[in-house]
Amino acid sequence: MATELKERPAPPSPREITTKPRRSDQIFRIIVTIGGMASLVILGLIALFLSIKGVHILTEEKFGFITGSAWEVTNDENGTIIDTKFGIGAMLLGTMLAALIAISVGVPVAVLSALYLTFYANGRLKTFLISVIDLMAAFPSLLFGFWGFFVFMSSAEYWAKLINKYLGFIPLFDVPTPIFERSPFIAGLVLAIMIIPIVTSISREIFDQTPLDRVQAAYALGATKLAMIKAVVIPYGRGGIVGGAMLGLGRAMGETVAVYTVLNIVYQVNWQILFGAGGNIASLILLKFGEAGPYEVDALMAAGLVLFLLTLLVNATADVLINRFGGKGR
Amino acid sequence: MSTVIPTPKKPWQPTALDKLEDFLLVVAAFGVAGASVKFTGLDGKIGFFFSLFFSLLLLNYGFHYYKRGTAAAKDSLLQVFTVMAIVITCIPIASIVGTVVIKGYKGIHWGILTNDMALNSVNDPVAQGGLGHALVGTIIMVGLALIISFPIGVLTALYLTEIRGPLARPIRFLVQAMSGVPSIVAGLFILSSLVYPVTQQLSGLMGSLALTILMIPTIARTAEEMLLLIPNELREAGVALGGTQWRTVAGVVLPAAKSGLVTAIILGIARIIGETAPLLLVSGGGDALNVNPTQGAMGSLPYYIWKSFLTGGTPEAFARAWGGMLVLLSFIFILFGLARYLSGRKVA
Amino acid sequence: MSNSTGFNDNERDENKMKTAQTTPTSLSSVASARTLSQPGTALLGTGLETRSVHAWFGKKHVLSDVTLDFAAGTVTALIGPSGCGKSTFIRTLNRMHEFIPTAAMAGEVLLDGKDIYAPGTDVTKIRLRVGMVFQKPNPFPSMTIGENVLSGLKLAQIKKSNTDELLESCLTRAGLWNEVKDRLGEHGGSLSGGQQQRLCIARSLAVEPQVLLMDEPCSALDPGSTFRIEETIAELAKSMTIVIVTHNMQQAARVSDYTAFFLSDGGPGEMIEAAPTSRIFSSPQDKRTEDYVTGRFG
Repeated sequence: MATELKERPAPPSPREITTKPRRSDQIFRIIVTIGGMASLVILGLIALFLSIKGVHILTEEKFGFITGSAWEVTNDENGTIIDTKFGIGAMLLGTMLAALIAISVGVPVAVLSALYLTFYANGRLKTFLISVIDLMAAFPSLLFGFWGFFVFMSSAEYWAKLINKYLGFIPLFDVPTPIFERSPFIAGLVLAIMIIPIVTSISREIFDQTPLDRVQAAYALGATKLAMIKAVVIPYGRGGIVGGAMLGLGRAMGETVAVYTVLNIVYQVNWQILFGAGGNIASLILLKFGEAGPYEVDALMAAGLVLFLLTLLVNATADVLINRFGGKGR
Repeated sequence: MSTVIPTPKKPWQPTALDKLEDFLLVVAAFGVAGASVKFTGLDGKIGFFFSLFFSLLLLNYGFHYYKRGTAAAKDSLLQVFTVMAIVITCIPIASIVGTVVIKGYKGIHWGILTNDMALNSVNDPVAQGGLGHALVGTIIMVGLALIISFPIGVLTALYLTEIRGPLARPIRFLVQAMSGVPSIVAGLFILSSLVYPVTQQLSGLMGSLALTILMIPTIARTAEEMLLLIPNELREAGVALGGTQWRTVAGVVLPAAKSGLVTAIILGIARIIGETAPLLLVSGGGDALNVNPTQGAMGSLPYYIWKSFLTGGTPEAFARAWGGMLVLLSFIFILFGLARYLSGRKVA
Repeated sequence: MSNSTGFNDNERDENKMKTAQTTPTSLSSVASARTLSQPGTALLGTGLETRSVHAWFGKKHVLSDVTLDFAAGTVTALIGPSGCGKSTFIRTLNRMHEFIPTAAMAGEVLLDGKDIYAPGTDVTKIRLRVGMVFQKPNPFPSMTIGENVLSGLKLAQIKKSNTDELLESCLTRAGLWNEVKDRLGEHGGSLSGGQQQRLCIARSLAVEPQVLLMDEPCSALDPGSTFRIEETIAELAKSMTIVIVTHNMQQAARVSDYTAFFLSDGGPGEMIEAAPTSRIFSSPQDKRTEDYVTGRFG
């Protein structure tokens, strides 16, 4: 017996559910929201005040502030300023150079360490190593600077000499005079050691999140650990690892006292990393601050603004990478 | 029919033979490295390290290729690389801690925590003067920073976990961005916004305000993680009993997250206790004991260390600097130990 | 009234049935409609055998004393309620059980007469010969469809000269060739669930296993895809040994030559009964089996 399907009536539209929060809750929400906005406010204020103090320098020097490599204040006998030239070009280059050395050495070591911790270590050894590395992330940067200066310098100098000896034909590794102490290379190595704990931590977290079903699928096909890591772990975590590397980059770019202690701060463009002279923006600010008159301080503020915006950009990119691609497949 | 239950085994674990093979490979690699250092031009630590590395790679590859073929051989290479990486990561840690202990030991003495440097110069023998003023300064500045950062950090975390309003994503993003602000920029900000226009003098309060900027993100992030650990069932129970949101949060969630919040405080303190750059700019770094944060230069451990290092130049001054570093590092170790201990206990 | 030759039993003795339920009849009639494939050719080896296999997770004994043979070229279904150890058992067959850190086992699993747990065995080679398809389809999202199928070769570093031929043959045997032959360069995510699962089947075929283990391969799929995959299984059984875990008794009746019933009474899971499929559904020897296949529990 055939039954006819009845016409299904259209489903009702969903009811709108509203709650009127109690007074105390409204106040609670307001307080919490204000508190939560603090970071927005503070970041905005930083940008604001640095700009207020520094903007006239920027308008004066214009693009030369970024590219120029002279930082001079010429006074007459009375101490009033006749001429100024402010350009952070050399220091900007130094910032990028040291930071790049830091990530080229630090990131591979950190990623491999994270692979070891996630896929090879277990039990007490693993917990111990993770604690040790997290602890290292909390060491003050001054400590790294000291250690770099007193302990590490001689070994690093020796390696620099070796590199110069065998690879000196490459301009990057050549030196105008054989002074290898306190070079961007050594500063970069110290920065590398500083960022390894952070990048290792982030990489480890990402590796931990690799979807288990894909890992098992790879093993079930007869993969070795290396094959599985290449086929599943790396494609999964690629974006997040790059994000972690960028976080390390941001840290290395903004580092002050470690670089100041280790590097011989000289105001000149130096891209021969083995040669003992260089600097970065942060250490420039520290160096000049002590004796800077009000006008020069404004220039330092402008430099600080540039550094602030630069690290903000790098960190923002890192953030997007870690959150968007740290978890996805491709 | 019940039979005797056999003992559980793990036949996939490396056997004694496997472990012996691995051990012999490492020994052989050391041997090859030692020989190559002796007979070729490679010398020094780096020469040994490099030849050790390469001989480990070659020997492992050859052995596993012979045993199991290409795939297994390449796999063993990865293992060598990762172990090397972790060794490279750990060597500086050991060296740093060792150096601080060995060099710092000479820089401290029994009176060190109570004396200050008002009457001494950094080049004086270590037994004179001390870092009491620095310690007190650090405690005061960190304490003030905490008083400001903790509420803001917790409120931020509460917004992200409890209210989850439309601004949650931008706020989370901004907290991350704020954690990347270079410490010297924080110092410059306080200079430009407060010191120059308003107070015209450097002081401990200025220092703690700069530290606050660096502390808030750490507290906010850790607090958020800890609050997320509180199971939702607790919140639902509170609301189901008729509680308002604020009573639920204040009465149920926050008490449950107590140890987590303490962990956030500890990690926040550890983050800023060693910060040097902003203090160099705004706190003045006095040599005498000063307990008034609003008036006059205030010393701090990082400043003490920095001053000893930079303005000194004699072995006494360096010893002083290392001594200060030893004190600072000890504090960090203690803080970390506390944080570990707290997270070892279960969340309520 | 069983045949003494055992495995060629086609009897359908309805008088022996203890209940008048219609379900067992239809199941058994479906089951007996299958023709059993010929055992043991050289390509297939001599199949898989297990001897007194036990499994533990830490101190918890989860699988007890399973002795079961999987003759070459046959399809065996493992049935039973949830939590009775079927999945654990199937994972001992290709040494996937050991990935859980607290796992332990006892007993032997013999592939062509050799214990796969013997010390010194190369486990990656075992897994090439004993493949696995999982419950939730898991193609590699970072690879294209073509790359996915051949991924097993890449992972095991096997060099082959005629990969296009292999690609087509695997996809055809998995019943997917016509649907994807024009889009081999696309990523696996664009396929439906059933297609993804057939892609996973094709992927496991590429390394030419002797045995294929399937852990509830259709439970996440719609009936249409399920039907297609069951057709695939029937085809594949001609050239390999298949072991399939399934919750669906009708599926067991449809696809398998032999069925093993697992049960746990709160303790470790045990294999209660194993017999040719038609016999398990028409005249189970053990009361617990009968209760399960007639739907009294589970």
